[in-house]
Amino acid sequence: MGIEDKIPQGVVLTTLEGVFGWMRQASFWPATFGLACCAIEMMTYGAPRFDAGRWGQEVFRASPRQADLMIISGRVSQKMAPVLRQVYDQMPNPKWVMAMGVCASSGGMFNNYAIVQGGDHLVPVDIYVPGCPPRPDMLIDAMWKLRKDIVMKRPMAANEIAAFEAAEAAALAAPATHEMKGLLR
Amino acid sequence: MTAQHTDYYGTPGEETEGTVYTAMGGGDFADIAREQAERSDETLVINMGPQHPSTHGVLRLMVECDGETVKSIRPGIGFLHTGIEKNMEYRSWTQGTTFVTRMDYVSPLFNEAAYCLAVERLLGIEDRIPQRATEIRVLMMELCRIASHLVAIGTGGMEIGALTVMTIGFREREMILDFFEAVSGLRMNHAYIRPGGVANDLPETGIAQLRTLIGWLEKHLPEYAAFCNENPIFKGRMCGIGHQDLSACFALGVTGPVLRSTGYAWDLRKQQPYCGYETYDFDVITWDTSDAYGRFRVRLQEMWESLKIVKQVTERLDASTGQPVMIDDPKIAWPAKLAVGPDGQGNSHEHIKHIMGESMEALIHHFKLVTEGFRVPVGQAYVPIESPKGEIACHVVSDGGRKPYRVHMRDPGFNHLQSVPIQCEGGMIADVVVAIGSLDPVMGGVDR
Amino acid sequence: MSVRRGMWSAGTGDTSGYGRIVREVVVATPAAGPLGSWYDSVRDRLATLVADPFVKVVFEYGELTFHIPREKLAEAMWALRDDALLRFEFCASVSGVHYPQAAGAELHVVYHLQSMTHNRRLRVETACPDADPHVPSVVATYPAADWHERETWDMFGIIFDGHPHLTRILMPDDWVGHPQRKDYPLGGIPIEYKGTTVPPVDERRSYR
Repeated sequence: MGIEDKIPQGVVLTTLEGVFGWMRQASFWPATFGLACCAIEMMTYGAPRFDAGRWGQEVFRASPRQADLMIISGRVSQKMAPVLRQVYDQMPNPKWVMAMGVCASSGGMFNNYAIVQGGDHLVPVDIYVPGCPPRPDMLIDAMWKLRKDIVMKRPMAANEIAAFEAAEAAALAAPATHEMKGLLR
Repeated sequence: MTAQHTDYYGTPGEETEGTVYTAMGGGDFADIAREQAERSDETLVINMGPQHPSTHGVLRLMVECDGETVKSIRPGIGFLHTGIEKNMEYRSWTQGTTFVTRMDYVSPLFNEAAYCLAVERLLGIEDRIPQRATEIRVLMMELCRIASHLVAIGTGGMEIGALTVMTIGFREREMILDFFEAVSGLRMNHAYIRPGGVANDLPETGIAQLRTLIGWLEKHLPEYAAFCNENPIFKGRMCGIGHQDLSACFALGVTGPVLRSTGYAWDLRKQQPYCGYETYDFDVITWDTSDAYGRFRVRLQEMWESLKIVKQVTERLDASTGQPVMIDDPKIAWPAKLAVGPDGQGNSHEHIKHIMGESMEALIHHFKLVTEGFRVPVGQAYVPIESPKGEIACHVVSDGGRKPYRVHMRDPGFNHLQSVPIQCEGGMIADVVVAIGSLDPVMGGVDR
Repeated sequence: MSVRRGMWSAGTGDTSGYGRIVREVVVATPAAGPLGSWYDSVRDRLATLVADPFVKVVFEYGELTFHIPREKLAEAMWALRDDALLRFEFCASVSGVHYPQAAGAELHVVYHLQSMTHNRRLRVETACPDADPHVPSVVATYPAADWHERETWDMFGIIFDGHPHLTRILMPDDWVGHPQRKDYPLGGIPIEYKGTTVPPVDERRSYR
């Protein structure tokens, strides 16, 4: 007596890509990768007030091998950088990265010897969340944007290979990060 | 490598017998694994962390196990080293507050208070801090203590599988953070306590909101005792685990609930009062088991003592409404009285009108104070206060400039992690997370 | 300790018009005469237990500091901990301070001791030259100083003789240099915003 009774019988036509994207975004597990202040807000994201369990996402996978998303929640120190990369490499494809907070996005206020100036120096970042730390509301917003706009629309098979090749060609043609000028206008 | 040096923690003569595992840190995983390969016995060498769900952040533990018994454990820290102390040497004294608050991010207000009290001592304005500012500091610190203990109890519970304790802990913490947000504008990392006072006064609805909060906490804090105190599984996991007696606490510089769980009533709020704590009525909580369960009970009861102080300070704040919250010294006090305006920004429209339209001198003064800051006389000060974890202290050195010459934060977690070997060696590997949870280190404070 | 001229940090032209401002930085003037309270008795007691223990005794901001030569440090620390009249049984913190201007005593190590028996606090300071950065370890006296001394080695490059395992603690093991020293740059990268570049904070011109 649920919604399934209201759906008319028949055939739905869609792409395999669409089905996979839909399934991927519906079972989308972050790894527990708590670093600093943002990790506390990331825990709050799963705790009662904000309750990621409402859409079935309160489980943080303790093993990177079971995770789809790495939330870089806080400042990445030079000492932590190889660990972060190793955790990323241990995650199976397809995988996504969220840079939570300004430190993970750009180094933030800690422009010094100890902190890597942004998680994107180590791993490809899909979405950046501003804030110091971002509120759990912002994390929820970022999570839904990531799921709806990036995970769900990820290309597959031949399209994925073509997208990889296009991205690689673009990356080879693009100037190195330190040569990029005037991007922040 | 382990066998050559003297074991200061051992009894005399002990070090000559066989392989000696000392409590000293250091040594990389590769070294330990190589030594083990040379010994080729049944010892398992396990690396735990720095990315592990039960190590309270980015703590790394290198464990040698015989079966499930921990033979040796060495903590590795530094994975969250942020260079905050160095960074502060390039920023003004007021901006320093913004940096220290990000050290121990579970109890940010204590970092700020220790730093500001040290700066105020050097400025010689300790007696001139307005009464209301001190009361607000006490209020914020005690609420922060409750929030921090909730996180300690909650994450400690989560790590032994009691997830309910964590979820309800964060529920109460949210209520406290709501109040913090109403007062300082931020949920965490407030930079609210400033040299000379606090950044701004309580909002108009502050006292009413505070009374609601007290009512909420009084209603919900008993749940923890009901869930945990006599829970057989909880007691089975915690009683007798992480044992550390008084002499070990002294030797390893351990303070706070860990020290009080040995039965020694050492609380800086009582022993060396600051911020007028001698005028509040509260008790120092102790326990006599020196173990993880004792620390849990001390924390639980300390939340009630903090609530007692919060109630007293609420009455005082009610009485002192309208009094200044920043020192009456325009050379130090932040010029604007900040408040959240109708545009959602934290500006003071009256102040902007004054400096932009009425007084050139006020504009110059504002500009000089904000960009250059005040100068602090030459010297050094060390101000310890009682944070939820123990003695947090700020050692500040000034060379008379507008920037700190050196700031060192003595974080209790740094000392507490030194005592991990003494608590865990000889125990089961599953008890390691219980012992570390009961120490409640916050890696942001440990590594700075 | 040093003399400062003008308002702006070194390396940039001082265009403020305040170039003739001269300020002398004097650090830690020795205390003269009796100090009052328990301070005199502790000072005198240590002087009877250890021969000639002080470089100077400083009393500022209500805090007592013993400047002890490094040769006497281990002995003085034992006395401070064990003597019944002193009983500073708790070492709260060890940290370093780098004074590159103070020739022959560039690196300072600061110990904060706490007597729980008498409820007193004491600061002990010792210095070593940059060319010979050795200070005896106090780990044998205060095991709590273990990690603190490792951190001070890591951050300042002060070698604590007799420390059981003096390795880096906060920085990676293969790090070069000691970040908290004044001659170590803050690091950081220029920040680009709207087409212009702001240099990292330690390369900007700033007030002293």
